[in-house]
Amino acid sequence: MSDNKNENDTSTDMEEMGIPAPEGAADIIDTEYEIGQDNIDGQLGPFGFDIHNPVFLISGLCIVAFVFYTLALPEQAGSAFSWLFSTVTEGFDWFFIGAGNLFVLFCLLLIVTPLGSVRLGGADATPDYTYLGWFAMLFAAGMGIGLMFYGVSEPMSHFSSSMGGVSMGENGMRSDWAPLGGAEGDSDAATRLGMAATIFHWGLHPWAIYAVVALALALFSYNKGLPLTIRSAFYPILGDRVWGWWGHIIDTLAVFATLFGLATSLGFGATQANAGLNELFGIPINDTVEVLLISGITAVALVSVLRGLDGGVKILSEINMGLAFLLLLFVLIAGPTIAILTGFLDYLVAYIEYLPALSNPVGREDVNFMQGWTSFYWAWWISWSPFVGMFIARVSRGRSVREFIICVLLIPSLVCVLWMSVFGGVAIEQVVREGYTAAQDADLPIQLFKMLDNLPLAGITSLIGIVLVIVFFVTSSDSGSLVIDTITAGGKVDAPVPQRVFWCLFEGAVAIVLLLSAGGLSSLQSMVISTGLPFTIVLLLMCWAIWRGLAAERREL
Amino acid sequence: MYSKIMVPVDLTHADRLTKSLEVAAKLAQTFGAEIVYVGVTSALPGSIAHTPDEYRGKLEAFAKEQGEANGLTASGHMMVGHDVAVEIDHELIKAVDETGADLVVMASHIPNITDYVWPSNGGRVAGHAKCSVMIVRS
Repeated sequence: MSDNKNENDTSTDMEEMGIPAPEGAADIIDTEYEIGQDNIDGQLGPFGFDIHNPVFLISGLCIVAFVFYTLALPEQAGSAFSWLFSTVTEGFDWFFIGAGNLFVLFCLLLIVTPLGSVRLGGADATPDYTYLGWFAMLFAAGMGIGLMFYGVSEPMSHFSSSMGGVSMGENGMRSDWAPLGGAEGDSDAATRLGMAATIFHWGLHPWAIYAVVALALALFSYNKGLPLTIRSAFYPILGDRVWGWWGHIIDTLAVFATLFGLATSLGFGATQANAGLNELFGIPINDTVEVLLISGITAVALVSVLRGLDGGVKILSEINMGLAFLLLLFVLIAGPTIAILTGFLDYLVAYIEYLPALSNPVGREDVNFMQGWTSFYWAWWISWSPFVGMFIARVSRGRSVREFIICVLLIPSLVCVLWMSVFGGVAIEQVVREGYTAAQDADLPIQLFKMLDNLPLAGITSLIGIVLVIVFFVTSSDSGSLVIDTITAGGKVDAPVPQRVFWCLFEGAVAIVLLLSAGGLSSLQSMVISTGLPFTIVLLLMCWAIWRGLAAERREL
Repeated sequence: MYSKIMVPVDLTHADRLTKSLEVAAKLAQTFGAEIVYVGVTSALPGSIAHTPDEYRGKLEAFAKEQGEANGLTASGHMMVGHDVAVEIDHELIKAVDETGADLVVMASHIPNITDYVWPSNGGRVAGHAKCSVMIVRS
């Protein structure tokens, strides 16, 4: 390791001589590598480009090859995907769940240790964005479509399966999908268990995964002066080798994970928007409509891409946060308000109560729940983490590590608890108290709209629901293009804009192809899971790199 | 006629700017104007500099070198943007106000088909800056 102490205490004299000084104390890593040294910079027709060789080519070609494979041999591909899905979720469930727990503990540890006082961007850096703009972007990138898709359906699924209780299959394994031991016939206990399980999947764990990646990227770029790309976080481990093949592999993996993670979300978004449009306007649910939706929304995302970070994603994220808040408030007031508010606290307590059992990685009996839900989620969050992490890093300069973790881990978790308590709580109340089972009986994408149906002004709220799905879709596609472009440009954030346009279109194309392929959404999910697995190892190593990086930073203070 | 000439520079491709730099220097000598070289960077590490401060240092060194070579009063002015690839025009237009320049001299490529979708930076600046703008074709 070739850390070089920067002479920042003499910065005023040095600056006159044209020698750089970071903003206050920081521990710049001295490396021979120059950002962009491996890039190919040129002109293709009228379009300029500046891409990293070979990360751009390898990831681009592999994705194209993959898309052709699913188109050319749909059946073989379909069965290969389902094999991959079950192998990874069943064989490595303990690994995903165990790693997830480690990430949460690691983040909590950072809050309480003195390392939390290190500031991203140097000791005197000031935040780039206000709290409001920052939170809006955290949410839109982090969960967006997922919250819309699963807000009603997940609590409902867990509630229903818990009510059903435990049943044994022929092979002696549990064939039910209930979390833990279920709560047969006891609707109160089933509600609490269902909400606890949902909050478990949307609370601390996913945000800890994002926080680890985001922190690693922010620390190694803003404080250490390395390029904004995943490989930089491995400098303390691999040294100058990160600029070679080790780094290429890490970055290529990150591109895969981001692209397939994004395509899955876009798939969810398209099916849900289609379901909502069908519910509201009677537009048929079929592939054509979904393809049109993905194309149309990608076109809107293009406009946002061309407007950049502040003019595009930030504005859309703020609009979306406002709309989401209004919808939340409406459901809260129109639904059984008191019951939901007491429910919120009750569910939070239930979450803490069930957390040890739910997060236990080994010796579980509720295999279906653990593998089909938890393990899938963890893989999904992990495959999203390079994308969300890099985006969070990009907008978090100037925050201290402690502030960063509290704002990325605790506050979003609480908001997710609130969201799930309101949407899931109302839906379950409808079943238990009113005997309204339309949401419970509906398909996953439509459950949100069925729940809204039973409240006043259903036409307006459903429309807001669809708009939210679509705008979240746009922000994901936009910020995703920004991230993939940065990784494939070797960490350059100012590469020519046509490249972003390319990735934005490419994401839409991959989402369409995979949605149309034999397995549909499940083939997307399998790809997410399989890129999530190697990336879990990447994340575990990252924790160690962060620790070393922060310790070095602290010695500078 | 003009007292302060603003010249946007891309330090990554300084070699492509020879012509506009020459034109600006000649104009400054003719009018007895001073030159301010404006560079736009992001807070993230880039190929030129790892931090905005390092960038400022390089920009000032560039200005000093240009000023000495042409016998002019020259300075550097740095703009920091969040998303430089997209916001550069906006930052440059802001820089016109910040520096108080009354003439902008900047390089631009020969327009092609993409300019219908993405106007060149020079085109945008000329369209929105309050002072005179001279576009030097490369």
